[in-house]
Amino acid sequence: MTEETTTIHIQLKVWRQKAPQEKGRFETIDVPDVETHMSFLEMLDVVNERLTLEGREPVEFDHDCREGICGMCGAVVDGIAHGPEPATTLCQLHMRKFSDGDVIVVEPWRARAFPMVKDLVVDRSALDRLVEAGGYISVNTGSAPEANTLPVPQPRADEAMDAAACIGCGACVAACPNASAMLFTGAKVSHLALLPQGRPEAARRALGMQRAMDGLGFGNCSNERECEAVCPKEIKITHIARLNREFIKASLGSKER
Amino acid sequence: MALDGRVPEGPIQEKWDRHRFELKLVNPANKRKYRIIVVGTGLAGGSASASLAELGYEVKTFCIQDTPRRAHSIAAQGGINAAKNYPNDGDSIWRLFYDTVKGGDYRSREANVYRLAQISNQIIDQCVAQGVPFAREYGGLLANRSFGGAQVSRTFYARGQTGQQLLLGAYSALCRQIAAGKVEMLPRREMMELVVEGDRAVGIVVRNLLTGGLERHAADAVVLATGGYGNVFFLSTNAMSSNVSAAFQAYRKGALFANPCFSQIHPTCIPRHGDYQSKLTLMSESLRNDGRVWVPATPGDKRPPNEIPEEERDYYLERRYPSFGNLVPRDVASRAAKAICDAGFGVGPTGYAVYLDFADAIRRDGRDTIRKKYGNLFDMYRNIVDEDPYETPMMIYPATHYTMGGLWVDYNLMSNIPGLFVIGEANFSDHGANRLGASALMQGLADGYFVLPYTIGGFLAEAAPSTVQTDHAAFDAAARGVEDRVRSLLAIGGNRTVDSFHRKLGEIMWEHCGMARNEAGLQEAVGLVAELREAFFKELRVPGGAGDVNQSLQKAYRVQDFLDFAELMARDALERRESCGGHFREEYQTEDGEARRDDEGFCHVAAWEYRGDEPPRRREEPLRFENVALSQRSYK
Repeated sequence: MTEETTTIHIQLKVWRQKAPQEKGRFETIDVPDVETHMSFLEMLDVVNERLTLEGREPVEFDHDCREGICGMCGAVVDGIAHGPEPATTLCQLHMRKFSDGDVIVVEPWRARAFPMVKDLVVDRSALDRLVEAGGYISVNTGSAPEANTLPVPQPRADEAMDAAACIGCGACVAACPNASAMLFTGAKVSHLALLPQGRPEAARRALGMQRAMDGLGFGNCSNERECEAVCPKEIKITHIARLNREFIKASLGSKER
Repeated sequence: MALDGRVPEGPIQEKWDRHRFELKLVNPANKRKYRIIVVGTGLAGGSASASLAELGYEVKTFCIQDTPRRAHSIAAQGGINAAKNYPNDGDSIWRLFYDTVKGGDYRSREANVYRLAQISNQIIDQCVAQGVPFAREYGGLLANRSFGGAQVSRTFYARGQTGQQLLLGAYSALCRQIAAGKVEMLPRREMMELVVEGDRAVGIVVRNLLTGGLERHAADAVVLATGGYGNVFFLSTNAMSSNVSAAFQAYRKGALFANPCFSQIHPTCIPRHGDYQSKLTLMSESLRNDGRVWVPATPGDKRPPNEIPEEERDYYLERRYPSFGNLVPRDVASRAAKAICDAGFGVGPTGYAVYLDFADAIRRDGRDTIRKKYGNLFDMYRNIVDEDPYETPMMIYPATHYTMGGLWVDYNLMSNIPGLFVIGEANFSDHGANRLGASALMQGLADGYFVLPYTIGGFLAEAAPSTVQTDHAAFDAAARGVEDRVRSLLAIGGNRTVDSFHRKLGEIMWEHCGMARNEAGLQEAVGLVAELREAFFKELRVPGGAGDVNQSLQKAYRVQDFLDFAELMARDALERRESCGGHFREEYQTEDGEARRDDEGFCHVAAWEYRGDEPPRRREEPLRFENVALSQRSYK
């Protein structure tokens, strides 16, 4: 928190689209006085306040916790999902990463499985459908054994945690040229496959989620690694490899169909 | 007439077991005939929806986010308490119960707290079985840490993302029930009205946030799991969409609102930095385990922290509270920070910040150990503030974080409106006047997994299924009311944005109803809020229409409710003429500036009854402490 405040002058080229069936376009908005301590979303707040007072409609964008954990926010900034700063959600991107005079292009996630809603808002419920297809351990409330019954080696638990850190923002899908959800699905399958509690349903899960992914309109993985590059939680594509292994094991070696 | 919390008879250890036996059961074959509405999908709502569906009820669940995995429970960093006593350091159900009652400054209901402590262990079992990747020791068993002022290590954690992992556990259980067709999940819906017919909650009216359409849903019971009201202060650590509206609609329909003045200020947040700021970011309290809090010993000392020698620093928490030091409870730590800054010792550009210094811990344990414990928090701090906490002390200041007050519920978690249940942060029951760290997650999951699924059955077994359908006049009236309200907000056509009103409201409440309160200030707040409300209805401008996504409109009706609620909160703070927990009345303090409770006059829950245009009526539920002796909290 440096004492002096720096201000930059930027231009936004932001995607405006009133409704899914209407044609969208880029609108240029001049933003003359951006304090560099602002987050990207706070900058959009300021823009929206101004638009409102000018009698125009503000830019709709999804956001909630503004701490980088809920996964609600996200937009493609200058061609990169969540913007230029690695391992950072849009709400944690700060304007000090930009320079005076920048023209910043802001677009929604674009993917077949994420239908357009309005401006920067898209419908990511396909990710919920994926989890419903098996991204859980079947344990009814009350039926759990004592927590320390089943030890989990620390490195394994840590790796499971690495995968479980996914916030479901959908940046991986938006960044993928095939709009594939392999990183999202890989993270979930991997998280549960690494834990002994997740093993009984591992085959069913891998088959179910993989099939759901195809059915929901997500594309295939062609090892572009764009997903890993934009993931705000730095989830590694090794989890995709584990998903593939689990899928092959399940297809060839299990009775699950 | 005094309120009755319907606490079961018998010794406190046996109350819950006995009560569960005495509750009538719903025949398993009949469960599918009962429809239950759950509003909210945080830890409480998510776990309740899944558990109720597993039992066989027909469940409809609603949330305002685009998916049930995002509610603000997700942001909890530190951990979840349980009385497992794995570290063998003297913990027990009794100790967790005792600590929670004492930490709440003797303003919670003993029997509820005991039940919470009892259930805490089952929660950990459940979460581990779901695949929650808690931290583990090298041997593969679960790790614990001491947290938030506890002198035993009873906190389970998953890096700095415990809330996220627990929520994803509940969300995955919920997804399993959605896939099984037992839960109908309706995201991007906002509850606009509670429908009450013949004194019973029979449904809700929701607004579809994508289309603006109003939808009616009838049920045999309604469960609110809609979180707290910390955003009445505008700047808080809550998510942007956290609001009081659902709870406030229930209040307007006759549900009592209990202890609205009990709000918690969290001591370790990143200080405010600008007028455009939209929220405050919490730094986990676990940082106080290794960080030392200090300010310069001379007011106005502007030297960089690393140039201030040891003897010119005031480690004021260690000085004032030698036995607890930096680990005093949240309310005590927050007030101490405010006092020292008000006295001119604060640091940073605004003078409203104190240092949290890791230099000693890094010297003692090494940089790597500290990175392993707090790496993600340090990264977060550096990203927001642009300073490196490994090299220079963090700056922190208190911020609104949690609200202990909420809708009044009895031991069954049912409000005074039959059929309306309230769980998690939205109710008032377990934390008294101050919540201990790592207890919110525990309570949300206790209510959702292990309390409500039993108690709601007891209600349904005795009540006949509701016959009110969505074409009933009560639904017509509720939907008409919502339409009128939305239309009138859009029609004001003034020249001020809704955020400008919200920000102003926050300033009023922070100044007069925040960390320290007094009679004159609270009176003033009531007047200022009334003025602001008047201006709101004259000067507000809501762009766009009611027929599609319109976040300005959503904010407008939430802020309208916050304006009404703020008055209730200030009124409650005025009437509670004592200091307890997070409620500090300057008139009631000891000579050395500690909170002075008045157990003669205020050992009760204050529950407010809405009476239309007349001022609300304050009702009381006396609190009896039969197992923990009332004493002055001391952390010296």
